[in-house]
Amino acid sequence: MPSFVDPSKCDGCKGGEKTACMYICPSDLMVLNVESMKAYNQEPDQCWECYSCVKICPQGAISVRAYSDIVPLGGVVQPMMSSDSIMWTIQFRNGNLQRFKFPIRTTPEGSIDPKNDAHKGKDLATERLSDEEIDNVELKRPIAIHGK
Amino acid sequence: MALPNKPIGELPATLDPAVAEMEADILIVGGGMAACGTAYEIKKWAPEGTKILLCDKAALERSGAVAQGLSAINTYLGENTPDDYVRMIRNDLMGIVREDLIFDVGRHVDRSVYLFEEWGLPIWKTLEDGKTVDGAQGAPILKVGTKPVRSGRWQIMINGESYKRIVAEAAKAALGSDNIIERCFIVKLLLDANEPNRIAGAVGFSVRENKVYVIKTNTMMVACGGAVNIYRPRATGEGMGRCWYPVWNAGSTYTMCGEVGAELTMMENRFVPARFKDGYGPVGAWFLLFKAKATNTLGENYMATNAEMLKQYPPYGLAKVPASCLRNHLMLKEMREGRGPIYMDTPTALANLSANMTPKEVKHLLAEAWEDFLDMSVGQAGLWAGTNTEPEKVGSEIMPTEPYLLGSHSGCCGIWVAGPNEDWVPDSYKIPYKGKNYKGMTTVNGLFTAGDGTGASGHKFSSGSHSEGRMVAKSMVRFLTDNKDFKPALKESSKDLVDLVYRPVRNFMEHYEKTTAVDVNPNYIKPAGFQRRLMKITDEYGAGIATSYVTSKAMLERAFHLLGMLREDAEKMAAGDLHELLRAWENYHRLGTVEAHLRHILFREESRYPGFYYRSDFDLVDEQNWKCFVNSKFDPEKKEWSTFKKDYIQIIPD
Repeated sequence: MPSFVDPSKCDGCKGGEKTACMYICPSDLMVLNVESMKAYNQEPDQCWECYSCVKICPQGAISVRAYSDIVPLGGVVQPMMSSDSIMWTIQFRNGNLQRFKFPIRTTPEGSIDPKNDAHKGKDLATERLSDEEIDNVELKRPIAIHGK
Repeated sequence: MALPNKPIGELPATLDPAVAEMEADILIVGGGMAACGTAYEIKKWAPEGTKILLCDKAALERSGAVAQGLSAINTYLGENTPDDYVRMIRNDLMGIVREDLIFDVGRHVDRSVYLFEEWGLPIWKTLEDGKTVDGAQGAPILKVGTKPVRSGRWQIMINGESYKRIVAEAAKAALGSDNIIERCFIVKLLLDANEPNRIAGAVGFSVRENKVYVIKTNTMMVACGGAVNIYRPRATGEGMGRCWYPVWNAGSTYTMCGEVGAELTMMENRFVPARFKDGYGPVGAWFLLFKAKATNTLGENYMATNAEMLKQYPPYGLAKVPASCLRNHLMLKEMREGRGPIYMDTPTALANLSANMTPKEVKHLLAEAWEDFLDMSVGQAGLWAGTNTEPEKVGSEIMPTEPYLLGSHSGCCGIWVAGPNEDWVPDSYKIPYKGKNYKGMTTVNGLFTAGDGTGASGHKFSSGSHSEGRMVAKSMVRFLTDNKDFKPALKESSKDLVDLVYRPVRNFMEHYEKTTAVDVNPNYIKPAGFQRRLMKITDEYGAGIATSYVTSKAMLERAFHLLGMLREDAEKMAAGDLHELLRAWENYHRLGTVEAHLRHILFREESRYPGFYYRSDFDLVDEQNWKCFVNSKFDPEKKEWSTFKKDYIQIIPD
């Protein structure tokens, strides 16, 4: 199900430091053509259809056309992301429509505190993780050992 | 119109890349769940001033196997004991596993799940009245004792579309963005010039600019996932990328560590998941949460009608949940004998569940069914949309896929590592260096791995890989502290390394003008063609789908003959742009991983995983002779592989 770009919406993220789809694609597929300032999928048969590019595109310019060797034409699966949820629109080949909305996160983006200082480890010799040390968790041992 | 004999990529490669020479105390290679676990934990233990670097070939926010999201966390122990966790995995992986490593994951893993929830991952909850709510409805957290929604004994349901983004944000915040190099693909590990069998650095390149990274380091972790697109997949056109595990997992972990002499273990193990056909959508929630049955074309539950077959594989077939490979074994019999297609009976399952539900509850149930795909396998939703498949009305085909190599899901190939520092861990599971044992270290001193890299320790999944990465973080700091006077020295000059890494570019530049079409040239092979040739060999001779997963000594020897010439031609891979250079090195890594896989299958003269692969010349599970690990090791000096048995030691009683 390779991604494709609508040229009437894509502006190559001009003005931004980086092209969003090119920045995010885990398979290094989305790429910017500088002359036209449009992005495209340079190797559709290595696309995992992970939708990372679709979800991140600030212009809503990217969609997915299902793999030509597997899926009949006409289906559409399109997400819309917000800061705490994702809305999916599913259009079937026969025109039927379904919509689903799911939460994606319970905290504001950028709010994670890694607690580097508060959870500074103390005893490097044990097998306890930093938060296990803070909570004073006693590490488990096998209840019984085979043959002993 | 110009002839098509010009480089086509948007980021052309040049013959004179810049060289960035860097030094680190600890280098983390990879950016998935394990590497993010390491990045989160390591600063808590590292002394002030320790230089830690992380290289990810993609962007941390969406890299690794969880990039797309997940609909469940498959390892959360909760009320279970690590002892039972070991028993489950031991049976699923046909008896031969590292029980020390699995127990260690089991006793730590819930701590990572607590962190995910604290960071903002929505986890479904079961309230005291038995009602279930999704993860954003404000129920008390797991850590205070709230029950999750279990889809199986070990699995919990989540709203996991942004799972990786959340985990990556924590990793970035902990490690500091300045210490993370994205779009840097490490391709070779480097041994020390003075001390034998000691890691000293790595070399890689930028996928965004013509630049080679030469990084010296004291201590290193390599965790770049498993191996995908190594066997010819069922879809070979556009759909080649719609594999079950992520297509960007190219075997880099196994090949890079193996080449510097890290002992590999159980590389014969593979995973052939039975999944929704073509879309490769997950079946776990359908089987476990929605209680759906898979039936043959006669409507029979083939697990029941073929139950006798399970008795041939005691004890693994007799467990309440028979080993995954054996469930495939039964399905394959149905398909071979013409009783396919196999269908997941989704309409009956949903009808049963919704029998006593209000219309609103039924709507919610259907949303849950769709979310299972939309959180982690959107392509399956696309297939349903394109084929007018509404699960409450029609069932969907399931089928075994092409083989995958990995160490964190229901597979256990990987690298032999040191077990935890505990008195209940056998000495043969420890790897002493200067008298000390460092959990997670490979047999190359200073080189660690986690996640898909750790062999003989499957069923970690996302949460277990993260917690394993955290354990390795602490272990690496311990190693660094004990060996802080070590000064890494490389054998190779930076120029040698640039020449090596950019060889595909040189091959291209030297020859591309000699034909009128850039992809067809007798002087070189493009990465895409190389990948297809590799897949054809594995599929036809290495127990791929072409032979219904059957191979033999003669077939494997033929495979090695052809792979030998492919290895020679690897020197002639050509890349005209940086994307192609990425693909050239990925496919070089795929080759090394495939060779290791077939070498182990050839050595193990039995069929340990019926349903995943069969040796037609040894079609039995031979407990007397082969209930042992198969390990292999490359000698970087002599350039020779040795393959050998290693004792399996049972730790947890039956």
